[in-house]
This record gives sequence, C-alpha cells and structure tokens, in this order.
Amino acid sequence: MKNWIFFHLFLVGILIISCQPPQGCQVLPVLGNRDIQGTDTVYATIPDFTFMDQDSQSVTNATFADKIYVVDFFFISCPTICPKVKKQMLRVYQRFSQEPRLLLLSHTIDVRHDTIPRLKAYADGLGISTNRWHLVTGSEDDIYQIAGNYFSIAKKDPSVPGGFDHSGRLILVDEDRRVRSFCDGTDPQSVDQFMTDIQCLLDER
Amino acid sequence: MSVNRSLFVLLLLGVACQQPYTQGKILYESACGSCHMSDGTGLAGLIPPLAGSDLLRNSPDLLPCIITRGMEGKIQVNGQWFDQVMAPVTGINEVEMANILNYIQTEWGDPSQFYSPDRIRQIHLSCGTGPVNLAIQGKE
Repeated sequence: MKNWIFFHLFLVGILIISCQPPQGCQVLPVLGNRDIQGTDTVYATIPDFTFMDQDSQSVTNATFADKIYVVDFFFISCPTICPKVKKQMLRVYQRFSQEPRLLLLSHTIDVRHDTIPRLKAYADGLGISTNRWHLVTGSEDDIYQIAGNYFSIAKKDPSVPGGFDHSGRLILVDEDRRVRSFCDGTDPQSVDQFMTDIQCLLDER
Repeated sequence: MSVNRSLFVLLLLGVACQQPYTQGKILYESACGSCHMSDGTGLAGLIPPLAGSDLLRNSPDLLPCIITRGMEGKIQVNGQWFDQVMAPVTGINEVEMANILNYIQTEWGDPSQFYSPDRIRQIHLSCGTGPVNLAIQGKE
C-alpha cells in the first residue's frame, strides 16, 4: 500500500516537472518556405543585395558574412511608427554594444528624399557607429522587393500618412542568410523577447 | 442618512482616483506619441524630449504655435541641439490642443500652466505663417 502511494506521488512529480516551461534557449526555428530536394531540406534565404550606407559605402551580403543581423524598414520623415521602431532598434544596438557578431541594417523606403547626407545626419542624431549599424538606400525596386524576403511590407501608398506603407517589424537573420525570428518593433515587450532570441542565436554558434 | 453619506464619500474617492487629463493623454498618444514617445523621452539626438524639457517651463506660449505650424531649424532643449523638421499637427481643434498641452504640462513640465481654448486662440493670433523657426526669429 505504502509503495503504491509513493509510486503515484512519483508519477505526479514527473508530470509537474514535465509541464514546466522550458528554461534557457531553444533552437530558433528557420522561418519561411522550404523545399525538399532529395534527402535535403532547402530553406529560404535572403538573396544577394547591394545598397549604399550613410558613409557612402557599399553594403552587400558580404558585409554580414559570419555575422547575424537585425533588419528594419523606415523613412526619415515618417510621421507614424518609425520613431518608435527606431527607439527599439536603438535599444538593441545599445544592449549588444559589446557584441561584434551582431550588426543592424535599416533600409529607407523613401529613396528620393532620404539621400546619403540625410541618412548621415540621421545616424549622427542617433549617435550610432556606421560599422555596426548601416542605414542604407538604393534602388527603390530592390528595397521594396527585398522587404518581402524579410517578411515585411514596404511600398508607396499616397492614402497613408507620410505616403508610404510599411511594417514595423524587426527581423533577425542568421549567418546563413536565414530569417530566425521577428517582432513588433513598436512594442517594447515584444522586443524584449526578440533580444532574448538574439542572445540565443549568438549562443547557438 | 449615513448610507447616503457613505455613498457620497465613495463617489468622491472614485473621482479622486481617476487619472487626471485622461482625454489629453489619449489625444497625446495619437497626435504626438509616435515621435515624442508615450513617456515623452523623444528619440536620441533627433526628436527632443518633452519630459523634463526646459522649453515647457520657459516658453509655454510657443507650444501652440509649434503644434499648429510645425517647426524647422535648430532648437536647443535641456542644453542639447536638435535639427529635425517637425510637421504641423493637423486635425485637432483648440479644445483638443488645450487638452494635450494641459496633459503635457501636468505630466512633464509646469503644472501651473493652464491652457484654455481662449488662451490657445489668442496665442494663435501671434504665431505668424509657416513653420516656427527659432533661428530666424532670433530666439535661439
């Protein structure tokens, strides 16, 4: 009888432990479409790109070789969500200020007005270093197209304030050009979890 | 009789516990919060803070003009220079602007400043045309 009670208490203990939320880092999923080729799974990756940053330097996939990076889309005169998203990007920048394996990449979607000198002045106002946070411009079509690869929206829309429609997501890309996490860049709590994901991805390597 | 008195005290307590300037806070969030942030801290060296800003205390009559006309040129806030264009805030009337400014001053500036729609109207008469530019006006 006594053994029977202990056995059931033991089972209940196992159940309680197994129902606890997982502690520490889980391996982040690879997001996006995937193909099965033979026995291999082929994940969606960020295509080749070439943009120019606030220091008039070319920024390509090679800039992010062996790095992970965080992406967003914005424009300087944006009257809606951009400043809030930039404030959160700045949090990420400051939180990982001592982490050379993480870079940030912000694309302007108003290439006509956000020239390189204006991007430079904007970067100076944020107080950021170009070698860690690239604010880039380039071909309008290229930027709008690559936004889709980052699961984001960027397009002209005269019916919305500022004239551009875009999402406020922050997107995390790994060293193999694969999207591993994203969050709502207007929501500090969502960004808190996102920064945990960044740390997990850094620890994964 | 004592029941009525208790209800009256409860009612007073309920009114006193409400967040002041609730309407102003909601209007602030929709008209100003995107740039100046919900907590009024602004954005680095790009968008000046309202929380603790010396401009709220020193130039209370400038604020309705900045909101209505927008702003360009350099401005110094708490010793730091800012140089970004601010677009005019459209779609709010004088009552709503008074609500916003009373919220801002109470929360972050000089609570003794009170804006009535009449005061806003009077200030607007002297705003001039075009965006506020303190450098041109020699107030820098």
